[in-house]
Amino acid sequence: MFQPRSIQSSLSFKDKLFSIDYVLVVSILILGIVSMFAMYSTDGGEFKYHTESHILRFFVFFFMFFILSFIQIRFWHTTSYLIYIAFLILLIGVKYFGLTSSGSQRWLNFYFMNLQPSELMKIGVILFLAKYYHRIPIESVNRLKFLFTPIFVLIFPVLLVVMQPDLGTAILIASGGLVVAWLAGVRVKFFVYSMLIFTALLPIAISLLKPYQKARILTFLNPEKDPLGAGYQIIQSKIAIGSGGLFGKGFLNGSQSYLDYLPEKHTDFIFTLFSEEFGFFGSIFILLLYGLIISRIVKIGNMTRSNFGKLYCYSFATAFFIYVVVNMGMVLGLLPIVGSPLPIMSYGGSSMMAIMLGLGIAMSCKVYKDMPVN
Amino acid sequence: MLSTGSGNTIIKSKLISRRMFLLSVGKAAVLIGILGRLISLQINESSKYKTLSDKNRFREWKLAPERGIIKDYFNEEIASNKQVYQIHLIPENARSIEEIFFRLKTILNISDKKIFSLRKKIAKQKPWEPIIVSDNLNWSEFSRINLFLHELQGVEPIVSVARMYKDNSSAHALGYVSQVSAKDLKNKKYLKTMSVPGMAVGKTGLERRLDEEIIGEVGFQRYEVNAFGKRIKQIKVDPGKAGKSFKTTLDLEVQRHVTEILGDKAASVCVMDIYNGDIVSLVSSPSYDPNAFVHGVDRDYWNSLIQNDRKPLTNKAVSGLYPPGSTIKTLVALSALENKIIRPLDTVRCKGKIELFGEKFHCWKKKGHGVMNMRTGIKRSCDVYFYEVARRLGVDRLSVTAKKFGLGKKVLQNFSEERSGVVPNTSWKKKYIGQNWYLGETLHSGIGQGYFQSTPIQLCLMTAQIANGGFEIKPRILFDKTKNNLKEYLKFKNENPGRPLPADLVVSNFDLKPLFKNQENIKIIKDAMYASSNEPGGTSYRSRLEDKRFTFAGKTGSSQIRKFTEEQREAEVKQEQLKYKNRDHALFIAYAPVNDPKYAISVVVEHGGTGSSAAAPIAKKVIKKVLERHSLRQSINNLSGDSI
Repeated sequence: MFQPRSIQSSLSFKDKLFSIDYVLVVSILILGIVSMFAMYSTDGGEFKYHTESHILRFFVFFFMFFILSFIQIRFWHTTSYLIYIAFLILLIGVKYFGLTSSGSQRWLNFYFMNLQPSELMKIGVILFLAKYYHRIPIESVNRLKFLFTPIFVLIFPVLLVVMQPDLGTAILIASGGLVVAWLAGVRVKFFVYSMLIFTALLPIAISLLKPYQKARILTFLNPEKDPLGAGYQIIQSKIAIGSGGLFGKGFLNGSQSYLDYLPEKHTDFIFTLFSEEFGFFGSIFILLLYGLIISRIVKIGNMTRSNFGKLYCYSFATAFFIYVVVNMGMVLGLLPIVGSPLPIMSYGGSSMMAIMLGLGIAMSCKVYKDMPVN
Repeated sequence: MLSTGSGNTIIKSKLISRRMFLLSVGKAAVLIGILGRLISLQINESSKYKTLSDKNRFREWKLAPERGIIKDYFNEEIASNKQVYQIHLIPENARSIEEIFFRLKTILNISDKKIFSLRKKIAKQKPWEPIIVSDNLNWSEFSRINLFLHELQGVEPIVSVARMYKDNSSAHALGYVSQVSAKDLKNKKYLKTMSVPGMAVGKTGLERRLDEEIIGEVGFQRYEVNAFGKRIKQIKVDPGKAGKSFKTTLDLEVQRHVTEILGDKAASVCVMDIYNGDIVSLVSSPSYDPNAFVHGVDRDYWNSLIQNDRKPLTNKAVSGLYPPGSTIKTLVALSALENKIIRPLDTVRCKGKIELFGEKFHCWKKKGHGVMNMRTGIKRSCDVYFYEVARRLGVDRLSVTAKKFGLGKKVLQNFSEERSGVVPNTSWKKKYIGQNWYLGETLHSGIGQGYFQSTPIQLCLMTAQIANGGFEIKPRILFDKTKNNLKEYLKFKNENPGRPLPADLVVSNFDLKPLFKNQENIKIIKDAMYASSNEPGGTSYRSRLEDKRFTFAGKTGSSQIRKFTEEQREAEVKQEQLKYKNRDHALFIAYAPVNDPKYAISVVVEHGGTGSSAAAPIAKKVIKKVLERHSLRQSINNLSGDSI
């Protein structure tokens, strides 16, 4: 019983190196390289600011991911509350010291980068709740008193992010937390209740929304109504993707993005650009890459022995899936434009950092898959 | 503790796995949704989005096509094209119209009035339809605009072509072009697909008649533009297709000569080939500057044109209606001979007037002409002789002959403004005026007054058909080699110089219809016309040309505007003493040369006084010019293998 533990703690560096999931690593690397090409295209086929800083960030955070992979799973378990609190402090810090850009206050200025704590909070919430549900006995999961902590843990950062305002990230943070709760066995009826309460509060929430956010939701319902105003992004994105056809217009030949019809092509609409230039087959390739990454993380979850590891990996994989799907649904015109980056592909340091952090923890679950945690 | 803990862990782990499985099923469903959307966008509706993407990318500026060229018989260009520099504006592409106008005002000196009208135009049309800010810039203005183009988004410098007319001489025959009006768009179907700003359409004359063929096909310039409407690069230029060019039968040199002779008189001249009906000259005066209409006519110029009493815009040669006056006497005499009413040598005594049916009918010569027969009657244009002939002939028989010779119906099909005139008879009067015919009116008709209305081109056709020996011809103004049956005729002429043309050859080769019952009658009329112009006492004797090559035979005419009062008649008031508006129209018809007729001419001078003093001298000069150019005209015709 104790044997594996001692073995695990005394793994040699070589053992650790061998136990890394290289399929996952290579997939991430390929996705990173693809994202560099896409970024190069958004810069009009030149090495400009976006391309250069994206490449730099990718490699820095990819290296970070590698380092994190060797940190023991126990460490993550022990520090998860602390990590959550640290992120929360950063998030509160945003409210007081944050940088304001295009109407929302999301960033903290560190010298080397502008950090967006809400992105990190996506991981923080999962980490916190994975530990929380790992620790409480299964019978207590559905007890009311044990439901309060997760609700507060979730609601506090979500409210902070909504107030920034950043509806998209808030939804993604919330969805990550809900996934953990679901996996831990919280009954369906609680989800239904909270859904009902949410619906009841919706009118109040809508009245608190900024006008541009209201417009976005209305636009989603009928984008053609105001083609040059709020519906512009959805329409142009659909045109770009649709005009890509089966094989795409070719690398650096995406007229929609090249001629600036595409908004936010570096960040939220990077998939549109890629899809325009590489067509249906390119899109499928990206989907398959994401599918591979997600399935590898799920596989790690299957292998890992601790429930903390399982909860974390499944939740992170699901959250990752949600990030991808929300972004794609958005650019394909299936969801409202809420502003959510495509993991790894989109330009943005904090998003990249959060994803790599998440992947790093998942990888450490793989490396220390047999290590039990308390 | 540990075991329960471990059991708890395993149960929990199983729960997590079960729930994860459920989630995975959900994920798969979502993934299928995403995939379906991708298939629908990129495969099923791809072509639709490709079109939309191209619509995004490309902006097209339509280019007005080059109008076909109109040439004269000698391939001289009468209506051609020149390059013009224009500024177009697409309101949709401009960031701010106000700003553009402000900038243009400083760069181009556009007046506030112009900007006001442009604004009105913009408000009326669709935001993506270009408007022309300025259609005829000089080079320095144009280059200045190009210099400031980067700050004038939505403004498009265009090098276009516009109509150019060499001179005013053929303004009426060719007509003019001007901007497309709402009415044009409604009436002319072919314009529906060609909404190009600044495109001109034919408004009158040949330009109007030939418009559909001469206008050409619209071209375009296609540019790739970015989301802000800024041009990135030119993708394609289709210059369109220039319109079909046309060759006319007109002789520009003669046109100019005639225009010069006519000056600013209200007059018209028509010259026609008597065998094939080619219109050599068709001039109406005073003329106007057709170039002034191309870019929209200046208000002052327009006002000066429409307020001018002499009606410069009217094509008098085809739409001016005049009583034929004494020129009709040729037909009255012919009709009388054909109907065997009178013999050529039957005489009538002219005492200056006759009284019939209780009304006095005056001869133009107060003292009277004395004893008149047909030849002297025509030669001296004796009214009393023709009162008598008309009385015996009757108006209905006269109208038959007149219609046969082309009066009372349109001569050409090329002019929408052409009018058909009136050849009166009893049933016509019953129908259109609702009264019975009075015998007195027959007498008036006999000297071409009363209800008679004819156009100069009709009179020319009438003369031509008399001159060619009485055969029907179909006049034409567009050159047509295929229907030019002159060949056989010329062959015969060359092989048998000096021999008269046998009637059967003329008929067979020209597919002509004889208009006579007895060709001798035509000869009698022609002889009388010869006398009128070349024998002392003839009405146009003073304007004769003695050179055998140019000698013509003609008939004068004066059509009354207002009846002379008895007092005026007693006082022998001269035409020059009357007010301009009350003077008679002066007419003259002729054919030349006498011994081998080739051309017929009609001259009408509005309020010119008498035909002999005002119209015949003009005809004399024109005939000389036309005949001088005859051999050249003929050689061109033989040489011209190229047909346009």
